[in-house]
Amino acid sequence: MAKVSILHSQLLDITISRLSQQLIENHGDFSNTVIIGLQQGGIILSDRIRQRIFELSNITVPVGQLDITFHRDDFRRGDNILTPSKTDIPFLIEDMNVILIDDVVFTGRSIRSALDAMMAFGRPSKVELLCLVDRKYSRDLPIEPTYVGKVVNSIQSQYITAEWKEEGHEEDTLWLINQ
Amino acid sequence: MLSTKHLLGIKDLTREDLELIFQTADQFKEVINRPIKKVPSLRDITIANVFFENSTRTKLSFELAEKRLSADVINFSSSGSSVKKGETLLDTVNNILSMKVDMIVMRHSSPGAPHFLAKHIDATILNAGDGTHEHPTQAILDSYSIREKLGEVEGKKVVIVGDILHSRVALSNIFALQKLGAEVMVCGPHTLIPKYIKDLGVIVEHDLKKALQWCDVANMLRIQMERQLVKNFPSVREYSQNFGLNKEILESLDKEIVVMHPGPINRGVEITSDVADAENAIILDQVENGVATRMAALYLLAGKS
Repeated sequence: MAKVSILHSQLLDITISRLSQQLIENHGDFSNTVIIGLQQGGIILSDRIRQRIFELSNITVPVGQLDITFHRDDFRRGDNILTPSKTDIPFLIEDMNVILIDDVVFTGRSIRSALDAMMAFGRPSKVELLCLVDRKYSRDLPIEPTYVGKVVNSIQSQYITAEWKEEGHEEDTLWLINQ
Repeated sequence: MLSTKHLLGIKDLTREDLELIFQTADQFKEVINRPIKKVPSLRDITIANVFFENSTRTKLSFELAEKRLSADVINFSSSGSSVKKGETLLDTVNNILSMKVDMIVMRHSSPGAPHFLAKHIDATILNAGDGTHEHPTQAILDSYSIREKLGEVEGKKVVIVGDILHSRVALSNIFALQKLGAEVMVCGPHTLIPKYIKDLGVIVEHDLKKALQWCDVANMLRIQMERQLVKNFPSVREYSQNFGLNKEILESLDKEIVVMHPGPINRGVEITSDVADAENAIILDQVENGVATRMAALYLLAGKS
């Protein structure tokens, strides 16, 4: 199983800064904007983005966590049942600008489920999607991220995994893995 | 993943099964407190609620759980049905299954009826109470409510008070609480405590005050008037005096205990109104948790089928 590092500590940090700058440019003082990180990959990333926006502009953006398990379209199709994670959205999204954050966008099915799950909390004014890695040319559904850290061309048998310091790893690294 | 295809009784479940149901219920509890209380998880599943015995809250709770999971639901009750015309249980259920039903939630007055069905049909069976045998989802929601109130079930002391002899709730609760590491005591008149009960590893007590002094949680069972075929105690008034829970007894304890009741309450018999409505009574939490835990059980079983 070959592993290739596609984003590592320093580059990842620069990428997060760039993404945060883009959000600041588009959302100003974030008075009408909230962030929702998708379980599980988007949670650490959304916390990092919130922290970086605070460092850059002294603004604290509300951040929630959304689990999409109950809205997925592959329930009962795999060998194992999908175990849900925590959803915690402590704010209203009605008429708000929502930035959905996930680590990797691949087929687009998770994002479809996320949009469905998010609508259970209200009708946002606008929804944008931010991802660290966009696995281009592998989409099953017509979904495009608004903000992208890095575009990666990959084939079906490959997958991307993230290692974060928050999870006890020495360094932050995103790996492209050949099965 | 659950270790079983059907939910027939707590006896068949492992501690891991119970903990998985609890973890999943935690997320469903969040769902049912949202403005939109529905998720599409079971949108391709049809569930038949087949009730051969009267039920209000269990049937409502299951139906709500099913609808909040987006399942298609049909309801069957035996009164005025083909059963009264002499049709067998298996024929009745097979007719329902011919309508492409995936899961059956069944209540029946005969102990073992769901076990019998599970051997003869392909659909997933959930036991919603079989005679005086088991009522697994009630025990799951009771244990879940204790876990929610006290943080964990392990190490807690729970007394089940009342009609243990006729109670499927008591039996399922004993199995669930013991699997989760709690100590269980039963308390009631001699005539309503079955002789075999000590073999299950529970403590037997006939003095309510001593039982309450021992426990962290008191689960006050309903006196089942409909099952009192022979008189097991002289009068309801006498039962209430000896085994009814009132504010005076609670205040005489040197600690605060959690009060539970599976409902419906006979106010003034098992517990007085002021106890039922007190802060340490979690009776309405049990009802809310019933929907979340039944959603979890249905969700996990649907994934298994």
